[in-house]
Amino acid sequence: MKIQILGSGCGKCRRLFANVESAVKRNGIDCEIVKIEEIEKIAEMGAMMTPALALDGKVVCSGRVPGVEEIEKILMHPSLPA
Amino acid sequence: METMRLIWDFIQNQILGMKWLNDVIGAGLEKLGIDLATRFGGTVCFFLYDTIKITVLLCFLIFVISYIQSYFPPERSRRILGRCHGFPANMLAALLGTVTPFCSCSSIPLFIGFTRAGLPLGVTFSFLISSPMVDLGSLVLLTGIFGTRIAVAYVVVGLVLAVFGGFLIEKLRMEDQVEDFIRKTGACNATELPELTGRERLIYAKEQMAETFRKVFPYVLIGVGAGAFIHNWIPEEWIQKILGDGNPAGVILAVLAGVPMYADIFGMVPVAEALLAKGAQLGTVLAFMMAVTTLSLPSVIMLRKAVKPKLLALFVAVCTGGIMMIGYLFNLFQNLFI
Repeated sequence: MKIQILGSGCGKCRRLFANVESAVKRNGIDCEIVKIEEIEKIAEMGAMMTPALALDGKVVCSGRVPGVEEIEKILMHPSLPA
Repeated sequence: METMRLIWDFIQNQILGMKWLNDVIGAGLEKLGIDLATRFGGTVCFFLYDTIKITVLLCFLIFVISYIQSYFPPERSRRILGRCHGFPANMLAALLGTVTPFCSCSSIPLFIGFTRAGLPLGVTFSFLISSPMVDLGSLVLLTGIFGTRIAVAYVVVGLVLAVFGGFLIEKLRMEDQVEDFIRKTGACNATELPELTGRERLIYAKEQMAETFRKVFPYVLIGVGAGAFIHNWIPEEWIQKILGDGNPAGVILAVLAGVPMYADIFGMVPVAEALLAKGAQLGTVLAFMMAVTTLSLPSVIMLRKAVKPKLLALFVAVCTGGIMMIGYLFNLFQNLFI
């Protein structure tokens, strides 16, 4: 699984990154975390607000920083709506 | 009717304006042996009172407003706007701009998202003008400081500017002035995100509050400091001469000074308050506030990524010109408001 963090590098994006990291670590999830900072790419993926979180190219959350628990829920059940 | 008025006055002066806090701080300072009649005492009192008042209002307002805004993500605004056409679409865009959460780093993805969904350029610009200039926060904040009539008038003229500014940009047919990459990739993959739960909304509101506080607090301190300085150290005649009714170019000066500056409306209020108290004209002060909040050098540079210079210049000109007109209008009818 590829987790993408969309954002131009503001404070919120950094917090989202940290939350994702700790959710991944806590559950030993096997995945790759990438940052996407180019605004064109972010818009192309369909996010209108940053920071946004995407799984394998699909935006699952945008415009806010979900907590570690919520991210865990999203990661453990990628098919379920958050 | 009379009771209603008294209740409203109480809300405006004591709850939103926190006049009691001024009395408490004044009494406290006098206990410490600081004379409020001196310049030093006056500066300290203004600084403490305004910093506390604005911080409390800021935290409370951002929390409540973020909660409301969580119901209006841009995806929803885009969907609503997609169903309207012509002038009403501009009006709706200006209104939605006031409740959709907005920060300047999201303006480009938002611009792209709107454009690719096929929304007319003018509608997008109505949204982009109203979003930073008028929001629920400024309405409540201005009510607490300048009173209901000025606050409502500020919001109404702000919306009118957003509607007509967008409409004008539409009529000038600037579609070719949007950067190519925005149209090139074709239709957007419209993401439908699930509705948030009540708990997630509360978490979002808390996050927004903490984030905004961290971001805006330095501006509040600078703003209050500048306000305290103006209040106690700048001679009244200077301000009257430059920004009062003696100078017909006051509005133009205020807007030109305000356009490149970046500050949050929370930081602007103490400066505006102090200028007004020192005899600057109402329209001049409001125009200054609008210019600072609506346009700034960083936001213009950001927008340049999405639109070509001609459209960018038109956008800046429409905002600047509109704000100047609003300033003169308020000065003309000043006696209706104060």
